[in-house]
Amino acid sequence: MNDTIAAISTALGVGAISIIRISGDEAVNIVNKITKSKKIDKSSTHTIHYDFIVDNDKIIDEVLISVMLAPKTFTKEDIVEINCHGGIATTNKVLELLLTNGCRLAEPGEFTKRAFLNGRIDLIEAEGIMDLINSKTETSRNLAINQVSGRTSNLIKDLRQQIIEILANIEVNIDYPEYEDIEEMTNQMLSERISSIENKIKDILNKSENGKIVKEGINVALIGRPNVGKSSLLNCLLEQDKAIVTDIAGTTRDFVEGIIIIDGIILNIIDTAGIRQTNDIVESIGVNKSIDLIDKSDLVILLLNNNEEITEEDIELLEKIKDKNYITVINKNDLESHINIEKLDKDKIIYISALNNSGIDKLKEKIKEIFNFDKITTSDLTYLTNARSLSLLRQSLNSLNDIKIGLKNNLPIDMLEIDLKNIWELLGSIIGETYEDELIDQLFSQFCLGK
Amino acid sequence: MEFEVIVVGGGHAGCEAALATAKKNHKTLLVTGRIENIATMPCNPSIGGSAKGIVVREIDALGGMMGKVADKSLLQIKMLNYAKGPAVRALRAQADKITYPQNMLKVLQSQKNLEIKEAIVEDLIIENNKVKGVILENGEKIVSKIVILTTGTYLKSDILIGDTRTREGPHGEKPSNYLSDNLKKYGFKIIRLKTGTPQRIAKDSIDFSKTKIEEGDKVYHTFSFDDQPSYNIEDQIPCHLIYTTSETHKIILENLNKSSMYGGLDDITGIGPRYCPSIEDKIVRFKDKEKHQLFLEPESLYYDDIYLQGFSTSMPKDVQEQMVHSLPGLENAIINKYAYAIEYDAIYPTQLKRSLETKIIENLFTAGQINGTSGYEEAACQGLIAGINASLKLENKEPLILKRNEAYIGVLIDDLVTKGVRDPYRLLTSRAEYRLLLRHDNADLRLREYGYQVGLIDNDKYQKLLDKKEKINELLNKLKMVKITPNSNDILEKLGSTPIKDGYSIYDLLKRPEITYEKLLANNIIDFKYDIDIIEQVELNIKYEGYIKKAEKEAEKLISLENKKIPENIDYNNIVNLASEAKQKLSEIRPTSIGQAIRISGVNPADISILSIYLKKEYNK
Repeated sequence: MNDTIAAISTALGVGAISIIRISGDEAVNIVNKITKSKKIDKSSTHTIHYDFIVDNDKIIDEVLISVMLAPKTFTKEDIVEINCHGGIATTNKVLELLLTNGCRLAEPGEFTKRAFLNGRIDLIEAEGIMDLINSKTETSRNLAINQVSGRTSNLIKDLRQQIIEILANIEVNIDYPEYEDIEEMTNQMLSERISSIENKIKDILNKSENGKIVKEGINVALIGRPNVGKSSLLNCLLEQDKAIVTDIAGTTRDFVEGIIIIDGIILNIIDTAGIRQTNDIVESIGVNKSIDLIDKSDLVILLLNNNEEITEEDIELLEKIKDKNYITVINKNDLESHINIEKLDKDKIIYISALNNSGIDKLKEKIKEIFNFDKITTSDLTYLTNARSLSLLRQSLNSLNDIKIGLKNNLPIDMLEIDLKNIWELLGSIIGETYEDELIDQLFSQFCLGK
Repeated sequence: MEFEVIVVGGGHAGCEAALATAKKNHKTLLVTGRIENIATMPCNPSIGGSAKGIVVREIDALGGMMGKVADKSLLQIKMLNYAKGPAVRALRAQADKITYPQNMLKVLQSQKNLEIKEAIVEDLIIENNKVKGVILENGEKIVSKIVILTTGTYLKSDILIGDTRTREGPHGEKPSNYLSDNLKKYGFKIIRLKTGTPQRIAKDSIDFSKTKIEEGDKVYHTFSFDDQPSYNIEDQIPCHLIYTTSETHKIILENLNKSSMYGGLDDITGIGPRYCPSIEDKIVRFKDKEKHQLFLEPESLYYDDIYLQGFSTSMPKDVQEQMVHSLPGLENAIINKYAYAIEYDAIYPTQLKRSLETKIIENLFTAGQINGTSGYEEAACQGLIAGINASLKLENKEPLILKRNEAYIGVLIDDLVTKGVRDPYRLLTSRAEYRLLLRHDNADLRLREYGYQVGLIDNDKYQKLLDKKEKINELLNKLKMVKITPNSNDILEKLGSTPIKDGYSIYDLLKRPEITYEKLLANNIIDFKYDIDIIEQVELNIKYEGYIKKAEKEAEKLISLENKKIPENIDYNNIVNLASEAKQKLSEIRPTSIGQAIRISGVNPADISILSIYLKKEYNK
């Protein structure tokens, strides 16, 4: 009995359609759960269906779903493929839904592995698969661990520590019931402790930076005085990357001028469009209006003119953004230099010429460096692992909910603990910690027992 | 004289092993240092406890004797964890240290095909990596087809008190000085472990008025599925609870360097159990704890020693005197026996197959503390399994391997042979990932069938099991069929339950936490009369159906992985893509299935993928 696996099987990037492949006994049922029609399970084999993917009642994407039932499939298991149209963020969300509803993220090469184990592929190809698994595993393992930012990872470690302390307490009550001096974990206490854990998980889910970056992209504010070349830079960026402008829920789309993708990560460029309209009044420059935009952004690009000296306003803008991620881009590199860069942070300067389309790559490199793309996006796997983390957090919340129901029904602590242990394991797989004797170690270090 | 089986050691493992092989009509010799010390309890006077109590039930279900002998030797018995959930309930009994061994000895002596001999075994007869018998201290050789080593703590054992180290076993008995060296010679990896036991105090020197009384349950219990209670509830002997004082802690800290473990001896290599630290360990490690709990447990009706549970130490005798006198009620206590630590040799258990036969010497089985475990129950269940599998081997049958979802015994043996041990291994409920399935109440339903198949459970008992199963199904079906209507809403209201709108099966009604079978009977909603154990099974299965189903689903995954067998002759060096750590671990542990391979630390999922592809390719499995 194999579990059901899912993965995005098309290369992630700018392509218009991404395909998610699901294989296993539960493939049809799981997909059915997240469709609007709820009729996919009635499909005959090798058919294609037009449908919507929904998260509860909310429509996520308009899709085509191919249903291929065992045994005439690539893996000889039931396979469902979802053709997503809504771009990367949406595809990622669909994958996350699949994982939350019972799929497991496929390991590298796993579809091929199953094809082989089920006798679909001949022996000669086996070696190749083994090499593939070998070479990809290291990368993906690192990814699974590193793609969670240090801060989030610490939060999760904290949570796991809190949970394991509760677990150890319950276990010690069970395994050493004669110890009256050890506090007993009552349903009342458990109830208090888990509500604090619940809040923290929700918090991580909301704030999870990588989750946000992957789902919504990085909001980039382009600011600068008029005529420094904001629009030209934007056009350069857009031109080069054949921007797709999609309607992605949750982004600050009112301000989004265009979307570009660097290494699979979305950049929502927030241009200071409003500022251009008010540029009659040069003095007011719209610093006030920019503040709002700066607040909404994850990265500020301050554009300066190589051909002019730095003005009071430039200094004022620099002051506003000093606590944010920012890059100072000096445009018009093709013209004579009049700028005095002494007051600028030299590490943050990039020279470009929007006119000649030069220096744009360096700017992109800089952005990648600031957001640690190396760590979060070695390849298309980033999306997968991120969807995985998010779905693990959501599954944790579901289990927490089960505990709350159990508490309400006054179930014995032993039953409630099953879900709590589950959360602890889910959180552990987000940060790659699954050391199994952890609980027993904790038991003996937290409590004093013995004959 | 020729035997089919020789069991070396007369402790809890040895007794079960010898009884199992003899019951199965294999001529068996039990060799032990002193017959009067057969089945003694050298440490605490109790049988059972969390997880361990379930193991005793499992032993009984399979046809072992520990539960039945304990039932006849009770001083006190209680059900632990009643309110904490059905999966963690377990019996714990205070057993009489005189009666228990006597009762076990009677069983052994009346067993056909079983002889007992007093001697010390110092070597094995081995030919072509196959054991052929044992060699005694005096050079005498005894031939057999199978040898089961259940030597407990008697391999090169040293008793440690303060700065003294004495080469002897518990009860001042002679240890085996050469057997572990000889095992090393045959290629076994030997480890050194350590454990300890607290003082025994003269009962009439204790002022019990300063203690808190701890009594047995007021309902009857038995470990065995076949026994009627043979004790009287009112005659149970209580235990007593006290706490250490600040004076105790002061004495210990001032004398710390005199403890064997804290500098009294500088040649300690044995690793002690984490779950059983000495009192000095507890005080050092848990500095903030102002007091530690101690139990005064009666050892026997026939002598007056009180076991001071929680006060195990390796301090010298004079310090022990001061420590004991600092305890409330023990100001004038007389110490009949001082606490001591004991160091002993054991074999590293990954050298065993899951049948408990050693991998390198055929027909040699080991069970109990020699395998790195601790505890009477852990020992007894291994003895039973070793005995069963030794017999099956003689009969050319497949060994009995219990899976992790079938028995605590399966968890224990799998942990030992797959993960090895760091310190003496104690069973804990948290070691069992499917503990909801491994309950006290269903040990017979889980395991009796196996007991019957291997020939340790007779027809009558087996028939009883089949009847029980049938009745359970019958009642489950009845409860699904019978429906109540809104006419019964007033009764539901009375029971604090929400009213119903349509017909509702009793089965579904019982899922409600506030509804119990008993209440439904009392209110005449149903009138099915069944034995209490049938009702218990049915009610548990209904009430916790969701959780049980989840656990069963998880267990199915395990079973499918366990069914993917790895051939015994596999050469891991031939699998080129396997990580070198995985190669080394797999070669050492030689798992018999993919399921077992997954549990080996250092073998990661990618290695498992590569291994399964290799198996498919080479063996088409």
